[in-house]
Amino acid sequence: MEILNIEGAEDTPKIILDKGNGIFEISGRSLPEDCAEFYKPVLEWIRSYSGDSNASTDFVFNLEYFNTASSKLILDILSALNDVKGTTVFWHYQEDDEDMMEAGEEYRDLVEMPFELKSY
Amino acid sequence: MEFIYDLHQSMMTNNVILIYEGDFTQETTKSILTMAERNLESSGEESTIKKRIFNVMVEALQNIVKHSDETECPERGRHHSAIFLIGNEQSRYSIMSGNPIRKENMPGLKASLEKINSLDKEGLKELYKEIIKSTTLSDKGGAGLGFVDMARKSGEKLEWSFVDVDAESAFFCLKVNIARFK
Repeated sequence: MEILNIEGAEDTPKIILDKGNGIFEISGRSLPEDCAEFYKPVLEWIRSYSGDSNASTDFVFNLEYFNTASSKLILDILSALNDVKGTTVFWHYQEDDEDMMEAGEEYRDLVEMPFELKSY
Repeated sequence: MEFIYDLHQSMMTNNVILIYEGDFTQETTKSILTMAERNLESSGEESTIKKRIFNVMVEALQNIVKHSDETECPERGRHHSAIFLIGNEQSRYSIMSGNPIRKENMPGLKASLEKINSLDKEGLKELYKEIIKSTTLSDKGGAGLGFVDMARKSGEKLEWSFVDVDAESAFFCLKVNIARFK
């Protein structure tokens, strides 16, 4: 499968989806003007990956900040990951960022796959 | 020319540290965020508070970008004309915005703001979860979560009012407070 590699910018996150090396990560800031358009390739990639996935997939969110439109798209990504067998989601947040921790806890409550919160 | 002095005095009296008036786009949003971030960096504000301010600013600015094209002023040849302010008082920051809206949209907006202000922390959390599960992004790309998120980050009630402009439009004013000390 082709690697999806999106460079981060001041209003969009860095994204690497790499089946070969087992790296799946969304990091940085997410406040794009058109969230649906921005995340479309990510959702398409995950949907096609779900038919041919690795034995286990560790999917990492390492977000500093996201807007409410992105929050909906993050839930869509988690829903798509639900169809990928052997997925564990890792939600990284800065130790003193209680809002980002709480956001992780809320997503954990909304999905049914293994979901771990990790502070750094 | 005295209005310059008056405006400056008015900003000082009202503890306003930033005003932007004019067209609002994603590009201006980014510039305003960068400017405010530098201000906050140099003020040495606590990181949780900085992030909450940033959060509320993004939602307020993107609301203006998405919704203020509702009314146009052809005679003035201007669209998207709105205002955005940041206030810095001793005990709190305030993120303020003002933008024209069509009167027909007022009841819906009022109802959702009143609902949000009637809820406590837990109630807002439940409302957020309820909306995020059921929402689809609007044509304008909004998730319908902006005000709920602002209220959660603020921890205080949203302050708002509508000023009558003409038969079709009103000016929607919003103030979101963020306490400096928890």
